[in-house]
Amino acid sequence: MKREVNHWRRFVLWWLVTSVIGTLVVVLVLAPGMPPGTGTVESSGQVFDNTVLLGVSTPVALAVVVFFIYAIIAFREREPGALRDGPRVLGDARIQTWWLVVTTVIVLFLAVFGTIELEGNGAGGGQGPNPLSKPGKGTHVLQVQVIAQQWKFDYRWPAYGGVETPNLDIPANTTIEFHVTSLDVIHSFWAYQLGVKADANPGVDNVAYVTTKSPMTFEVHCAELCGVWHGYMYDTGHVVPQTQFASWIAQQEKQYAPATKSLPPYALHYFPQPTRRGG
Amino acid sequence: MTGQAKRILGIAVCTVLLFVGLGLYIGLYLTNVPGSVAATTSSSGTHLYLATVPAAELSDSHPTWVSYYAVDANGSNWRHDTTYVLPANTLVHVTIYQYDGDSGLRNPFLSQSQGTTGGDFTLNGKPTRAIDPDDASHIFAIPNIGLSVPLEGVPATAKNPCANAPCTLAQDHETISFSFRTPGRGLYRWQCFVPCAAGFIAGFGGPMQTVGYMDGYIKVV
Repeated sequence: MKREVNHWRRFVLWWLVTSVIGTLVVVLVLAPGMPPGTGTVESSGQVFDNTVLLGVSTPVALAVVVFFIYAIIAFREREPGALRDGPRVLGDARIQTWWLVVTTVIVLFLAVFGTIELEGNGAGGGQGPNPLSKPGKGTHVLQVQVIAQQWKFDYRWPAYGGVETPNLDIPANTTIEFHVTSLDVIHSFWAYQLGVKADANPGVDNVAYVTTKSPMTFEVHCAELCGVWHGYMYDTGHVVPQTQFASWIAQQEKQYAPATKSLPPYALHYFPQPTRRGG
Repeated sequence: MTGQAKRILGIAVCTVLLFVGLGLYIGLYLTNVPGSVAATTSSSGTHLYLATVPAAELSDSHPTWVSYYAVDANGSNWRHDTTYVLPANTLVHVTIYQYDGDSGLRNPFLSQSQGTTGGDFTLNGKPTRAIDPDDASHIFAIPNIGLSVPLEGVPATAKNPCANAPCTLAQDHETISFSFRTPGRGLYRWQCFVPCAAGFIAGFGGPMQTVGYMDGYIKVV
């Protein structure tokens, strides 16, 4: 008598083997090299979060893929007419219970994990004018205002006489408090390798934090479609040693002194008067 | 001709027409590139002459739109092109004849010139580093190389202003000159940062959003 194959057991075995291998490969090999890199505390946190999320989702994805491949191989029609419809499938309380328990646990875990990670340091995201996740008391914070307009970013430094600069150099091993705003339409300040992304809305002060580590180069892009030159709205910034930053900002203060005289007093956002032309 | 042959002929004709149509569409798209103007090179160096006007020619499809033009050293030979071809790694001397009134800057920081040789520009022959932000009419900026020069507006009291292109040097204008070194080969955009588009919300529509008026390309070759 031919022995009945236990498809369920076979499938679970295959799934377990591929999940262990796949998850290890994803968590240990692929995920750590994923963007945005580990240049700042926030970007490192994002890489860690993505690693955890991928680690959780890999077995789920493999369950689908392995079952799909297993079904194609095991349930293929080996000879014409060999396959017939099986008996009607009725509800299976045990499977349904497991399904509900497992999916609920996964979703709740992700919700709790995501909330804890977000609450920790804001994850580099814009937190609006009243951020919930702030650096600890006693942490030295350098305030930098990001002013977006069609189609460039400028940066204002209240700690250095309110000077404005066209480029962004920030000191290493420092917590930066970005205040992001816009003078015209909605933009988005996305300092990719820093792990910072905050919308720039006119009349709004959007705060985002980042703690730098070693010197590095990073790109700044606008991440909100903002007009004809949106795709060109990018520049390059640098994390530099603190002594280099001190000499750079001093040089900027000197270079842009004529423009600084014309700037309005530093504020968290600006409402430029309607222009004579535009109204 | 049998019915089947007619069907095959019909399908063949439709297929040919479809491909011809597609070819025409793609061909027209590829050949419809904006006109360009090359800088002139002489013993005195490489020069680019531009003009800004409150409104384009009356024959333009947008005769009320503010615009840049390419001109020659005498402020004549007006061409409505905003793609400028410049040699790479070269000192380029730019002269802009500015015929428009002031609109004012939204960001006063741009009232100071940036990225020019020496950091300055000349306004009617006078070395200048910054102007009153409220007096700015336009800006000539190539943001990705850090160049930005404010263009002062013609005073409202001007006796002989120019309304539409082309204008003459006999009419009221400001002359702005500066030099900058071009980067390596590539395509860069330039733009105006003054919200100068009359009749559009906050002055940022129309000519500010349309290549060929207040923005364009710098093609460095």
